[in-house]
Amino acid sequence: MTPPDELAIEVKGLVKRFGDVVAVDGIDLEIRRGECMGLLGPNGAGKTTTVEILEGLQEPTSGHVRLLGLDWKKDATKLRQRIGLTLQETRLVDQLTVEETVRMFASFYPRSLPIEELIGMVQLGEKRQARVGKLSGGQRQRLALALGLAGDPDLLFLDEPTTGLDPQSRRALWDVVAELKSRGRTVVLTTHYMDEAEVLCDRLVIIDRGRVMSRGTPQDIVASLGVEQVIELEAEPALDLERLRPLPAVVSAQRHADRVTLRVKELHVALPSVLREVEEAGGRLRHLSTRRPTLDDVFIGLTGRSLREGAEEKAA
Amino acid sequence: MGSLGQLMLMRLRVLWRQPEVLFWTFVFPVATTLVLGLAFRNSALEPVRVAVADGPEAPALLARLQGVPELEARTLDVTEARRQLARGRVSLVLLPGSPNPEALVDPSQPEGRTARLLVSQALAATPDMPRLEAVKATPVSEPGNRYVDFLIPGLLGMSLMSSSLWALALPLVAMRGGKLLKRLAGTPMSRAHFFLAFLLARTVFAALEVAFFCAFARWLFDVPMFGNYLALLGVGLLGAMCFASLALLVSIRARSEESVGGLVNLVSMPMMFLSGVFFASENFPGWMQPFIRVLPLTALNDSLRSIMLEGTSVLTLGAPLAVLAVWTILPMVATLRWFRWV
Ligand SMILES: Nc1ncnc2c1ncn2[C@@H]1O[C@H](COP(=O)(O)OP(=O)(O)O)[C@@H](O)[C@H]1O
Ligand SMILES: [Mg+2]
Repeated sequence: MTPPDELAIEVKGLVKRFGDVVAVDGIDLEIRRGECMGLLGPNGAGKTTTVEILEGLQEPTSGHVRLLGLDWKKDATKLRQRIGLTLQETRLVDQLTVEETVRMFASFYPRSLPIEELIGMVQLGEKRQARVGKLSGGQRQRLALALGLAGDPDLLFLDEPTTGLDPQSRRALWDVVAELKSRGRTVVLTTHYMDEAEVLCDRLVIIDRGRVMSRGTPQDIVASLGVEQVIELEAEPALDLERLRPLPAVVSAQRHADRVTLRVKELHVALPSVLREVEEAGGRLRHLSTRRPTLDDVFIGLTGRSLREGAEEKAA
Repeated sequence: MGSLGQLMLMRLRVLWRQPEVLFWTFVFPVATTLVLGLAFRNSALEPVRVAVADGPEAPALLARLQGVPELEARTLDVTEARRQLARGRVSLVLLPGSPNPEALVDPSQPEGRTARLLVSQALAATPDMPRLEAVKATPVSEPGNRYVDFLIPGLLGMSLMSSSLWALALPLVAMRGGKLLKRLAGTPMSRAHFFLAFLLARTVFAALEVAFFCAFARWLFDVPMFGNYLALLGVGLLGAMCFASLALLVSIRARSEESVGGLVNLVSMPMMFLSGVFFASENFPGWMQPFIRVLPLTALNDSLRSIMLEGTSVLTLGAPLAVLAVWTILPMVATLRWFRWV
């Protein structure tokens, strides 16, 4: 058991309903001070609803939430001074410049970071005098991050901070998160990028349809799948999944277009029998590769759906 | 600078950096007033137009009517004469007959009564007993008594009302749609400061609006100012605050600009007619008066008008100013309580 004062966030039995829709269906969370916690899940999983309840922006239908040992019902002002956040999307004031916007947000906090430092942290120094309306999407998202940092928060919430971002902005955000962690600040972020979650987060909670599917460090979660390697192959004619599934050490088999993905326990056991199968079918291998499993494999293993599918649906 | 100052700067910058906002605040109300003022400028009274239906006795009748300067008479075919009466182009049609001609008037035309009096007087007069001119008429068109003088303070009130309502309601709803309100709700920003900044920034622009209005009312229409300019400005600003506060109230829930637009019209349209912009609100029946008295635009217009045209001191305007103050405070309290941030 972690001592309660070590916990930045403590959530028990969180439920949020919108009419018939159950957006959050009984989530428990314990987030320690100084760690970066990732909420991972496809679109509509309930990530935004969960963080907005933690941020005090939505009321839970039921459940118990404590942040930094405080309660939204009693200590709202104190909490707002100690947290920072970025929403999934915010349209800032187009007519203001970057500097004016940061200065305004900084004025809301009793203890704010210097304007120069905030703008520097998100690498917007050159754009200081630019109007917000003229910034690119990535620059706006970095500005939103600077605004989240304005009050030098103990606890920072980032809702899909890098969705659709250019590489420079992504890197800038990663650097900021690393910097915050080194200063002992707590970060909660939602994402559907596996690489991001693996790089940034100390621990992850995977949610789907408002429920926790799995939790732990990225390594633990991947290990819990019981899969050591992933084989991807393409053969002609196409392979029959039903014949691949019963092969020794194969945990699951899936087809995406022509490509077959096999998640296996021991590669040295699985691979020979898979190749034999190709040969017996009289086929020809067009592609074969093996890799270590990723969180996406975990997600597919848990739900039968890809995390990325959700993201692509959204982009479409 | 504190958060109130920063929030006010934000509002002023937003308004100042959008040329179209400046246009709607200054050019549009002034242009409207200009057009209305020109339309209702006092000219000499137009003569009353009457028609004499064609017939053997028509030329004689026409000759007698033409002796009256206030009448403009002509002969028309009887069908045509009736048609013109129906369309309001003539106010009376005289049908020759014996012993007396018959006059046709349209009861819904106010000029009809004047025409009947003028015509009967003209016909009653005989060469040896000329038309009586017992009362000498002096046209009143001194500044301060004309319709345009009545109109200008009312138009100022109306313009302060609509610019305050639109200039706050639309951006607030846009900020809700763009999640900026939600983002601000996630900061420790003082919510009272937020609303106050909207109100104060509005009064800065309202002050310019009042000054602009006074200047061109004076130069273009020669509208006099019998009272104190500072008093007028003070009342104008209180009025602007009051409608800004009402704008907060109409924006507490709406998510789309269309729905808040409907609400703004719902609030402002009735007052445009009831509160004495184009004609005195005393024209409405007595049972409506208590209700009309407590409308904010009535209070504003009455105060502006009596300062401008009667030189009333602010000290005697306690009742209407109290009405404005109540309409400022109550919506503000309701807004602080029920405003939807997310
Ligand atoms: N204000 C709302 N009203 C109704 N349904 C909502 C509302 N907000 C979220 N939902 C629903 O709740 C579910 C979870 O949404 P959300 O928390 O935004 O998911 P995520 O951020 O993981 O994509 C979705 O089915 C969404 O449609
Ligand atoms: Mg979301």
